[in-house]
Amino acid sequence: MIGALTLILCCQLAGELAVTASGLPVPGPVLGMILLFLLLAVRGGVGEDLGRVGDALLKNLALLFVPAGVGVVVHLGLIGREGLAITAALVVSTLLTVLVTGLVMSRLARREADGPSGPEAGAP
Amino acid sequence: MSEPLSQIWVYLSASPLAALTLTLAAYQVGFFLYRRAGFHPLVNPVLVAVLLIGAVLLVSGTAYPVYFDGAKFVHFLLGPATVALAIPLYRQFARVRRSALAIGVSLLAGSLTAALSALAVASLLGASRQTLASLAPKSATAPVAMGIAEPLGGLPSLTAVLVILTGILGAALGPLVLDLARIRDWRARGFAIGTAAHGIGTSRALLVNETAGAFSSLAMGLNAIATALLVPLVWRLIFG
Repeated sequence: MIGALTLILCCQLAGELAVTASGLPVPGPVLGMILLFLLLAVRGGVGEDLGRVGDALLKNLALLFVPAGVGVVVHLGLIGREGLAITAALVVSTLLTVLVTGLVMSRLARREADGPSGPEAGAP
Repeated sequence: MSEPLSQIWVYLSASPLAALTLTLAAYQVGFFLYRRAGFHPLVNPVLVAVLLIGAVLLVSGTAYPVYFDGAKFVHFLLGPATVALAIPLYRQFARVRRSALAIGVSLLAGSLTAALSALAVASLLGASRQTLASLAPKSATAPVAMGIAEPLGGLPSLTAVLVILTGILGAALGPLVLDLARIRDWRARGFAIGTAAHGIGTSRALLVNETAGAFSSLAMGLNAIATALLVPLVWRLIFG
């Protein structure tokens, strides 16, 4: 467990250091996530220990953003003033994103399924 | 107040114990209600917890920074949890490698639609720069979205709530949009919900269909990366 946690923290630390050193406008933990993904690809598997620690963290992911979410009580005035713009943007953008992604994916996935059956077609 | 009782109060407000207990307890209440409601997206456990804790802070006259000073130990785990997203992403990736092209193009289209349409609608209706920055990464999972919003001048706490509301909207109304557009492919339905509505949409998709759940989970992980790379770029192009 400690080994897996150390690996995760090392990836995050490397990500944060890379962001600080390069000035990239990307969150450090996201670089850490890409780094861990590459390590898993090289290793060719997740492993039991890391799998257990990762699942425990992610199973309770929603709990982790409660403290930041509570901060919204400080900004109630702002939300009141810009409530219409925020609500409209959320509704339009979320539904449009579902529609566009779904349409593109269903067209492309169907073409892939109907396309000429290459050597990969029967592979698991 | 008697002497020992006020001493207890002084101790509690100085240590992280009260804030941590309050955070975990409020989330438990939220999750209990969520389960009782058959995991309906409208009864979101985070939203319930935020409302409960917000009410406690208002009633007890506690300032938010005092609460956060204790709750920051939970908050800290967001970073490691974000890194750990690589694990389900890796597991899904091996399964769906064959649809790589369809996935890449759909991801790009969905991620850009999410950011650009939110920025367009909100700025047409006169939102401030701060609100726009908080809004732009709203389709990415909360820890990533907060990390994107902050350097652009957004408010991470507002972003957290906007991300949750986006998830609720996508999970509750997304399937309706897909039905209206006659999109029946479970891969496409799952991928669309995961791209637009991250973890909240994914937990909904997992309840409905296993394939949809797998593609939704994949889309959530990929869109966290895509949003982190695209939104700062789009922001720089628009606002220079």
